[in-house]
Amino acid sequence: MIEIESLSRKWKTFALDKLSLKIESGEYFVILGPTGAGKTLLLELIAGFHSPDSGKILIDGKDVTNLPPEKHDLAFVYQDYSLFPHMSVKKNIEFGMRMKKIKSPEKLREIAKDLRITHLLERHPLKLSGGEQQRVSLARALVTDPKILLLDEPLSALDPRTQESARELLSNIHKNKKLTVMHITHDQTEARIMADRIAIIMDGKLMQVGTPEEIFEKPVDSRVASFVGFENMLSGRVISADRGLLRIEAGKITIDASGDIEAGSEVHAFLRPENIVLSKTSAQSSIRNSLQGRVTEVWMLGALVRVKIDCGVLLNALITRQSAEEMDIHPGVPVYVQFKASSVHVLR
Amino acid sequence: MKIFITKSSKFEPLIFIFSFLLLVLFLFIFLTLSNMIFGQIFDDLQGLIEAAENRAVVSSIFLSLYAGFLATLLALFLGVPAGYILARFDFPGKRLVESIIDVPVVVPHTVAGIALLTVFGSRGLIGGPLEGYIRFSDALPGIVLAMLFVSLPYLANSAREGFKSVDPRLENAARSLGAPLWKAFLFITLPLSARHILIGSVMTWARAISEFGAVVLIAYYPMIGPTLIYDRFLSYGLSASRPIAVLLILVTLSIFIIIRVLSAGWSIYDRD
Repeated sequence: MIEIESLSRKWKTFALDKLSLKIESGEYFVILGPTGAGKTLLLELIAGFHSPDSGKILIDGKDVTNLPPEKHDLAFVYQDYSLFPHMSVKKNIEFGMRMKKIKSPEKLREIAKDLRITHLLERHPLKLSGGEQQRVSLARALVTDPKILLLDEPLSALDPRTQESARELLSNIHKNKKLTVMHITHDQTEARIMADRIAIIMDGKLMQVGTPEEIFEKPVDSRVASFVGFENMLSGRVISADRGLLRIEAGKITIDASGDIEAGSEVHAFLRPENIVLSKTSAQSSIRNSLQGRVTEVWMLGALVRVKIDCGVLLNALITRQSAEEMDIHPGVPVYVQFKASSVHVLR
Repeated sequence: MKIFITKSSKFEPLIFIFSFLLLVLFLFIFLTLSNMIFGQIFDDLQGLIEAAENRAVVSSIFLSLYAGFLATLLALFLGVPAGYILARFDFPGKRLVESIIDVPVVVPHTVAGIALLTVFGSRGLIGGPLEGYIRFSDALPGIVLAMLFVSLPYLANSAREGFKSVDPRLENAARSLGAPLWKAFLFITLPLSARHILIGSVMTWARAISEFGAVVLIAYYPMIGPTLIYDRFLSYGLSASRPIAVLLILVTLSIFIIIRVLSAGWSIYDRD
């Protein structure tokens, strides 16, 4: 278990501000935030590479705030894997064993086998591929049986195909070794797939902690909402509220949304572009919101097409290439923008 | 990325002019030295052999190498830790400290000698009180001190650059694997900067051996190579001093070549 109490630290352009967080034993915990939010700094603080300006860090109940990194008893894997370039793969893995006075060739063989690097043991680390380097780095970190594994953007330096197998590998390691994992990323998809719980950090502040569902469906803050993919934001006022159904007036348009906020409140309504349906005709029974508009811009993104529509306000929609072709979507075309009331996430 | 210049390279006037200037620079150094060396060997081989058999000459050259070696050891002892602190930490006045470390390179060496004499001379700030225990003026410690003063910046700076080239994340990784700082330094940072430090040591030693101005002011005797050359030049002229000069340069050059050859395999430590 990692407990972080009111942790503050300024370093270069980064600053963490009174951050408190509790990570349970055995949890796969992802710290998600934009680049420059101070995520790596947080991880380095937990590892003991920096000391905080104020606040406390407890690992399994023990205050490690002022202990040197070697006494934090955790494994740390950097984004660039930080393999020692003057040692063979084997020597790299043995380094931690040497430091912790563990003499066990079987352990080394076992971890090498687990991570499929047995054939690489005599190689020079910088001559390996990114995926291989990562597996070596994990082997080096895990061979001494730590309870906690800290991962700094573990997938971002890998190509998409290697990423997938690395994700699987990390999940397996987490499960089999019953590790507490703290994983940093700026990639929402990665966080969503891997995390038991997610913490969102922006500008050194903790914005929200919750399960992936809570984070991605019910962001508590407008900045979190737009970071987790609610690209469309409408600001307005609740004009009526009735049994969980809100009517919101936002500029020139009125939309229906589900939520529980009293009438008269100033609110922001968020809508994911993928939850918008485009149609040539207005009526579709189950969909409460249908706005008339005109396509202003179209971007081809491979299988998907991003469309910007002016319907009194500007909305972004993400549709399949097929439906874009069927409806002959191009700038200037009139369309109906439709979305469910339940797709609209309302925040005060 | 380096580009190999070949006949088929596109003609670029700038590259042509710069290459020509490189040739001028090279010839200036090479011709000056080789003219002296080969002139000596072809005109007066006998003089060279006599110099090599002369006890005063041999011991002065040996003293140069030995004192330079001691100065380099001291420079390592002081410069490596200093370089580490300068590479890894920021502190108020750091730029001032770095500038002052560079000063010995830019002051005229006779000025350095005078300064050293006022501190380490027999009535100096430190030399005075230590008079009964260690003598600096006209003694080996004075020579070593003068050599150290003018050559220390080379070692401190190259050690600093060496440590800077080692990603602190490697040190962090080592520490989270259970290494206390001193082990992370000894097993990771130091080996990875070894090449920089070795090159710095060679530069330091070379600078120490070539020092004349600062040494001659604090210790004319015992004579190091350059002092003897100067002494012979003043007393007997060029023909008497040249063989010693040639001998000194041949000895030092061969040592540097040996070090370069031996250290060539170290490039594996270079990350760039």
